Amino acid sequence: MGFLGQAWTIAWKDILGELRTREMVFSMLLFGFLVILIFNFGIEPGLRDEALVKPGVLWAAFVFAGILGLNRSFSSEKENDCLQGLLLCPVDRAVIYLGKFLGNFVFVLAMSLAVLLFFSVLYNVDVIAVLPGLLVILGLATVGFSAVGTLFSAVSVGIKTRDVLLAILLFPVLVPVILAAAKSSAFVMNGEGLFAGGSWLAMLVVYDVVFLAVSVMVFDYVLEE
Amino acid sequence: MAEEQTLKRAFAEAPPAVLERRGGRGGDRSLWVDVLGASSVLAILFALYLALIWAPTEAVMGDIQRLFYFHVAAAWLALGPSFGVVAACSALYLWKKDLRFDRIASASAELGVMFTTITLVTGPIWARPIWGAYWTWDPRLTTTLVLWFIFVAYLMLRSAVDAGHKRARLSAVFGIVGWIDVPIVFMSIRWWRTIHPTVIASEGGGLAPDMRLALFVAIGAFTLLYAYLLVVRVRQEDLATRLDRVRHQLYLR
Repeated sequence: MGFLGQAWTIAWKDILGELRTREMVFSMLLFGFLVILIFNFGIEPGLRDEALVKPGVLWAAFVFAGILGLNRSFSSEKENDCLQGLLLCPVDRAVIYLGKFLGNFVFVLAMSLAVLLFFSVLYNVDVIAVLPGLLVILGLATVGFSAVGTLFSAVSVGIKTRDVLLAILLFPVLVPVILAAAKSSAFVMNGEGLFAGGSWLAMLVVYDVVFLAVSVMVFDYVLEE
Repeated sequence: MAEEQTLKRAFAEAPPAVLERRGGRGGDRSLWVDVLGASSVLAILFALYLALIWAPTEAVMGDIQRLFYFHVAAAWLALGPSFGVVAACSALYLWKKDLRFDRIASASAELGVMFTTITLVTGPIWARPIWGAYWTWDPRLTTTLVLWFIFVAYLMLRSAVDAGHKRARLSAVFGIVGWIDVPIVFMSIRWWRTIHPTVIASEGGGLAPDMRLALFVAIGAFTLLYAYLLVVRVRQEDLATRLDRVRHQLYLR
């Protein structure tokens, strides 16, 4: 089995577990809906810059809901010493990282799509018309989010205060992703097209490449037991 | 109290070999550290004199501009050496597995938080009368704020894990990732229009020669102070580690 095949096996294990228990994506989803709902009370309807605020709300919802999933990503492996088993797999540590990353990517993306739908109805944004552009941004941003998130999820797994610590570690490092994604989706939602915010897209790509590479390199040290 | 007595008794009964100094590292006071400390005090006094008395009063901003010398000096240390040392020592630790690098990284991160805080406090004090607002979401301001959050997160991570190689590994990974993130944060925020004054540009900036001298002395003085505090803090940590080791040996016997 090749490198990617091995990684996919680990990711599939997580996805299968999730399909059977349905405990994580569902709570992420509800939480994302709630963030959208609560932000709504902070924004006056008919605000002059309402169009500019909307993408921000969307990305706040994605990030807050997404971190719930990341919290579970490695801590769920603690039960029944699954983490030990995972580490005993005769594969490179980078494969374990990529597997967990792929799993998180799928969960966060699935959650985001559902939250996007909810958002589009509640905030009267016609996402269908701009869906291809949004999907590109969503995909790129979710890669960056899951890349750093998976690494930090592994960093915080053995720590008592891991839930809050993960947020404290992750949010400052995620600033470029949130900013670039919110900015470029504002262009898309205003009908200016995907490439009006071309430099933001480039930033997302750079971020993804840099942090995927760095994470693969340093992941070895995180789970050294 | 009880622990102290136990320790005293253990010391009295201990074989000489346990109490011997090992390697001598971080043990006695050494001359060069005192010299470094004294010279940083003198340099700070000199920088204060230059900034507060000697440098001419800025024509438009008035005396509030004098904050600038220390603001820039602190910002330089926060963005430059402090975080650079954290990242470099983190990488060195992962490579060499020597906990001393971890102690240097941790000391530098603490100083980084201090200097970033000084930057973030002096900036708004100056900005309120000059810009008419304490804070703007300018790239440099925002990047410094994000940097502060990353430093603090680094220290939070350290405080959440027990001392040792595990803590060193986890914080080294975070230190490296955070350090790589800072230029990307800066780039990402830069695409908003900036209103932060550029004082040292490639064409020489808009600074009078006297002011520039005062600025460079302030930067030098702060850098000396940083170096001194770093050395002291690392020695303190070295001693704490040694004490732990001695205590361990005495109890285990």
